[in-house]
Amino acid sequence: MNFSGQNSANGPSVDVVTPILPTHEQIAAHELYSSFDEHHVLHELKHYLPAQSALKDFIHHNSLHAYQHLKFYKAIFKASKIFGYQVTLQLQEFRQLYRNGRIREVVLNRVISERKGSDQLATWKKNLLHKPYDASNTPRIGALRAHWKSQFKIDLDTQVQPLLFRILCSYLDQGISLWQFPTDQKGFLSAIQSLERNGFTSFFKTKRARNLLLQGNCRISDLLKIVVGNEAYYEQYLFDQQFSHQGWSGLVSAVEDSPQALLDSKVISLHDLIVFELLLEIDALDAWLGKGWEPLCNRVTAPPQNLFADVESTELQEVFSLWQDAFEWDYYDSVLAGLGKSNKNSTQTKIARSFQAVFCIDERECSLRRHIEHVDPECETLGAPGFFGVEFFFQPENGKFYEKLCPAPVTPKYLIKEFGAAEKRKHELLYTNKTHTLLPGFLSTLTLGFWAAVRTFLTLFRPKMSPAISNAFAHMNEKAQLSIENKGLHDRENDLQIGFTVEEMTARVEGQLRGMGLINNFAPIVYIIAHGSSSANNPHHGAHDCGACSGRPGSVNARVFAYMANHVKVRALLLAKGIEIPVETQFVGGLHDTAADEIAYFDQGFLSAKNAALHLKNKAAFEKALDLNAKERSRRFASISSKMSIGKIRKAIKDRSVSLFEPRPELGHGTNTLCIVGRRDMTKGLFLDRRAFLNSYDYRTDLEGKLLPGIMRPLGPVCGGINLEYYFSRVDNYKLGAGTKLPHNVMGLFGVANSSDGDLRPGLPVQMIEVHDPVRLLIVVEHFPDVVLKTIQSAPEMYEWFINEWVHLVAVDPATNQFFYFKEGVFLPYRPLTEHIAPVQDFHTLIETATEMETNLIADATGENLPVMLVQG
Amino acid sequence: MSQILQLFILLPVVGFLAGLFVPRKKERILSGISIATVGLQTLGILTFVIWWLTNRAPTLDIKHIVLYKSPEFEFFIDFYFDSTTAVFALVGAVLTFLVTVFSRYYMHRELGFKRYFITLLLFYIGYNLMVFAGNFETLFVGWEMLGISSFLLIGFYRDRYLPVKNGLKVLSFYRLGDICLILAMWMSHHLWHKNITFAEWNRPNVVLEAFQGHYLQAMFIVVMILIAAAIKSAQLPFSTWLPRAMEGPTTSSAIFYGSLSVHIGAFLLLRTYPFWQHETVIIGIIIAIGLSTSLVAATIARVQSSVKTQIAYASIAQIGLIFIEIALGWHVLALLHFAGNAFLRTYQLLVSPSVLSYLVHDMFFNFSPRTTQGPDTVFQKIKQAVYVLSVKEWNFDHLLHRYLWRPFKWIGRKSGIMGPRWGLASLLALFVVGATGFSLKDQLHFEFHQYLTLLFSSLALAMVLKAFAEREDATHAWLTALLSQFFSALSLLWNKDIEWHQTGIYLSGTVLAAIVGYICLHKIESKEGEISLNEYHGHSYEHPGIGLVFLLAALGFSGFPITPTFLGIDLMFTHISANQIVLVVLTALNFLFLELTILRIYSRVFLGQHKKMYHPVAFKSS
Repeated sequence: MNFSGQNSANGPSVDVVTPILPTHEQIAAHELYSSFDEHHVLHELKHYLPAQSALKDFIHHNSLHAYQHLKFYKAIFKASKIFGYQVTLQLQEFRQLYRNGRIREVVLNRVISERKGSDQLATWKKNLLHKPYDASNTPRIGALRAHWKSQFKIDLDTQVQPLLFRILCSYLDQGISLWQFPTDQKGFLSAIQSLERNGFTSFFKTKRARNLLLQGNCRISDLLKIVVGNEAYYEQYLFDQQFSHQGWSGLVSAVEDSPQALLDSKVISLHDLIVFELLLEIDALDAWLGKGWEPLCNRVTAPPQNLFADVESTELQEVFSLWQDAFEWDYYDSVLAGLGKSNKNSTQTKIARSFQAVFCIDERECSLRRHIEHVDPECETLGAPGFFGVEFFFQPENGKFYEKLCPAPVTPKYLIKEFGAAEKRKHELLYTNKTHTLLPGFLSTLTLGFWAAVRTFLTLFRPKMSPAISNAFAHMNEKAQLSIENKGLHDRENDLQIGFTVEEMTARVEGQLRGMGLINNFAPIVYIIAHGSSSANNPHHGAHDCGACSGRPGSVNARVFAYMANHVKVRALLLAKGIEIPVETQFVGGLHDTAADEIAYFDQGFLSAKNAALHLKNKAAFEKALDLNAKERSRRFASISSKMSIGKIRKAIKDRSVSLFEPRPELGHGTNTLCIVGRRDMTKGLFLDRRAFLNSYDYRTDLEGKLLPGIMRPLGPVCGGINLEYYFSRVDNYKLGAGTKLPHNVMGLFGVANSSDGDLRPGLPVQMIEVHDPVRLLIVVEHFPDVVLKTIQSAPEMYEWFINEWVHLVAVDPATNQFFYFKEGVFLPYRPLTEHIAPVQDFHTLIETATEMETNLIADATGENLPVMLVQG
Repeated sequence: MSQILQLFILLPVVGFLAGLFVPRKKERILSGISIATVGLQTLGILTFVIWWLTNRAPTLDIKHIVLYKSPEFEFFIDFYFDSTTAVFALVGAVLTFLVTVFSRYYMHRELGFKRYFITLLLFYIGYNLMVFAGNFETLFVGWEMLGISSFLLIGFYRDRYLPVKNGLKVLSFYRLGDICLILAMWMSHHLWHKNITFAEWNRPNVVLEAFQGHYLQAMFIVVMILIAAAIKSAQLPFSTWLPRAMEGPTTSSAIFYGSLSVHIGAFLLLRTYPFWQHETVIIGIIIAIGLSTSLVAATIARVQSSVKTQIAYASIAQIGLIFIEIALGWHVLALLHFAGNAFLRTYQLLVSPSVLSYLVHDMFFNFSPRTTQGPDTVFQKIKQAVYVLSVKEWNFDHLLHRYLWRPFKWIGRKSGIMGPRWGLASLLALFVVGATGFSLKDQLHFEFHQYLTLLFSSLALAMVLKAFAEREDATHAWLTALLSQFFSALSLLWNKDIEWHQTGIYLSGTVLAAIVGYICLHKIESKEGEISLNEYHGHSYEHPGIGLVFLLAALGFSGFPITPTFLGIDLMFTHISANQIVLVVLTALNFLFLELTILRIYSRVFLGQHKKMYHPVAFKSS
């Protein structure tokens, strides 16, 4: 499928091949900067390296965060040219989607006409559909270091990397090895130096590199002088070198910036890594080429290249961006049409609610909310970021560390401690590392070995929860107590205040309730349902937990919030602020396990007798909703037929969360596409197939939009971050994703690599992204466009997400129900093209007859995602 | 009743063949066939073992099929059953069954789902052939299948560099083991003038006569067996391949390198034990290998910071102990130890991804900061030195590369003078002279025959090495390898009274496979331009069909038991006398490097990162 780069007779003549050599201007510009500034280069490297830290804290983020100051398309094509990433679907994939009807012709026509003018429609359409292009991409990175192979006949990476990775992994290791790296905590280089000083053995094969290290004579520029020779090439060389293993370099950089990312903290810096790698390179070259080899640049004729020089725009990039827009708007358009049809701007007085339930905005709760509303039409569901506005560190009883339970960028000042019911996790004998030693290993093979056979058998045929499985419900012991209320000025630990004062509690509860628009009409019970995810054999389990709780279950937050909202003094202060919560109203915290589809409720004993009875009834309703939710999810799972009885489906769904052989316990945030900020009435009538983050907000209680900035600020980093990580892991699972999970090897307890000698693999594994349609997030806000505009412009870092088009934004004018699309700094009216939105005739038929993808290629996979539909009733 | 033994080979073969015809997207059928095959086999073996035990566990031996017979040479398949077979067959069946069931959903939607299950069954056929084998020939067929299926499963993720590179690396170790077995077979033909069965070694006088009459020859056989066993079980100094074999899906790593494949060395020792049990020197050597391996590997395991490599070295250490147990004759213990180690490591590998959350949780509650380093004592210094050494895996990889492989690469590069134009022409001329001169053979002096034999054989080896070191043209390397086989055949023609048709048997498969392979290469070249061997091309991305045909051709070419060439190799070796050390070394090296050359060409052309970057392509380091 190698299309020729020749231009066809039609269409503007644009050379689609960008020259590899820099232009004269670039060279001239570069000569100005040819003196090597180590500090600057290290800073730049750290900026561009992947920012993923240890896997235990999986924080979703934009994989191309380094380019966020640029417009989306400019940024992705630049990143693509520099580093060789694939940044959209492939051309033939888009064309296939069009042929399959997944990208509708009307949408494509409109996208082209709007961007290129209607007179250019025919030309561009022909380009998009039929014109052959050479889509192959030769990245700028790596070109300089490729000379080692072409000019010196040495494969330097293969000589250096395996040992380098092993030493790095041993140094950073958190607890796999039985014998830890001998270090004096002064840093990586210093630790290596002291090992080398020892003299009996050495990491190096030859003398020179070792002597350089021992003499402490290893400034980066001095080493580069030996290896590269010409100062003008230093920066390019270092980028080539560090991006030949961006996983490891990225981790080192992340640990350097926040050493607490590792429980057993390690002192390391990118500087140390580069020095050591250069020394290993000198060593390998000395060993391979003998003494007296010339520096690399003596044999390089191409001038040094500014990797970050502007990337020429090409016709092919235009084609890709038009396709991408069409792919996105095909779906968005039907969503907006659906919103237009279902949005009942009810003016009727509020009815009495049977109960209210607040869920995380997470798109996995979207279906559960629909089902609970279906089971009990009198209930009300709301959505808010799953830390429920209470930010703190959490220390489980006997825990030696604190866990952050709030969005990653927030640094809390509070600490919540668990006490009163220590429950030690059982040990799993088969996991003890004693089995890896000689004599204990001998004894354990002869005994545990046979137990292992039995365990393997049970694992396959009777999967059940075990200590080795990450259990969402075990994050907090529900029988234990929490130090939620602060006892006074001296109630502090490690510079953190233990618990919250009544005023602080009130502020948080008020903020949360007002944000959701829940300030009156309280039901007898208000549930605060956090979420987490249980999964087995899954190093990426953190990516399935709550993103608003730094990749952990939000159970503690739910319980803390419920406690605060139940607090008599808090209620009194709230009343003074105009929020009257009836005395009989009680808040109950809970946790929804999104993989096992189970809910646990906390502190149920506090309920009044009347509420306890209501709670029993509500619990039954939740159970029914979970049944339906499990059924809805089951359609995507090969191990479950959706036609089975509900009981069997529930069991099968639960089994998946504890099955060691199941690489897809759940599908995480796969398919996330929408974020809807507004009243539930907007979306209640829509079947959105679990694709929408739903954030409750009532413009009527906030006409001036004072609360809106607080609500919209996290949407970019949290929802946008999740969405873009899925986007990039989907379009290039090799370079921006983690590849398939199946060969993954856990390295040092902080990452995964494919093999013993491989680079770390940041990003998401293929099993998590295959159901995902790579489209950007569409945020829909129910408020007047001028208020929304004022809101997003209130903070530059928030505005960047919108103006640079990393997420789309539509405002729904509540007065007219008109849509306004944000583009180039202004809101423009948008009229959906989609006219007909099919109704869901019968939920069970819909789920049972939905197609399952045959392959995970996009053309097949996207067929599994159901279109927007209207829900009856 | 012993006739039933062959069913245990037949059943997996039927499953394998049935699987071949299932379309690739039919996951349920593909996994179903595997599970049913191995499940039935497990039940069958279990029933058989119970029957066998109730009949007082007799040692069974059955000569099954004679594949080739001439007055001085007979090639037959022979099955054997004793307690070692029972344990290995049973543990193998149970583990393979568990792993196939585990893989059913684990492998869901993986590219290569079919490839995985088919290769797993191929492995299982090979494993059973070895375990039930009653003579070297049968065992060797299984041994070869095991080697190739290992290569294919290590390189399962064929679009990345490291799996493919490590697949070849492991293959080079395995191939060394193959050659040792071939040499052991060769020598045993001369020692007993027939294909000896393992059952015959149970008669003390057979063994006694061998050692008394031909001590050196008998010792040669044992040493070859020992090296082969040490390689397959990753004993010193060959340990480094095992952690690098963990490239495929975790399930395949678990069954191959955690359990079954890696214990084959121990099996070989158990199987051949009656032959060397009275040789103190051999017992001493095995104990020395086992002991040093278990000490060194246990030390290396202590410093490993990735889960799978840690399990690999831990397993090697235990196998070292198993070697000792075998040498000391504690076979019940050895068999128990094998079973326990296999089950434990399989489980540990299967659950290796959960180690992350398990141990992080453990740290969270039980972590205590490490005590800082002690004083600078000599003991500390030694400890640190051992630490560094262990991180470097005691340099074995480096040493083997330097002293084992690099000299041959050097010869290969120096042999570059034999091509492409004048060198090739003169070689062809020489071949024609050699072949036509053959009619004059009787008129020439015997010594002259010998010189010619050695000359042709050396040239054959030099050509193979040249093809092995070739960096430029794939087709050229392929043809050079083919030519070398003609020279190899020629050298053996000059050597002794070998019959033309025997040479024919040998060359028939080679030539056919070489032609098919040539056509494949030609097709690729016409579509994609010249193929240099200096890098990986990954053409199976666009041309998986051609890739498959070429793989089959490559296997046929290198003597895999799918063409008569396989038989031919054995036949050719029979015509080398026991005292022709130089010739046998040259010929053995020839076969060693032939397969490596052929599969290197396959890897470079069809595997690795795809060269055309219009779609996502992996980083080299991933």
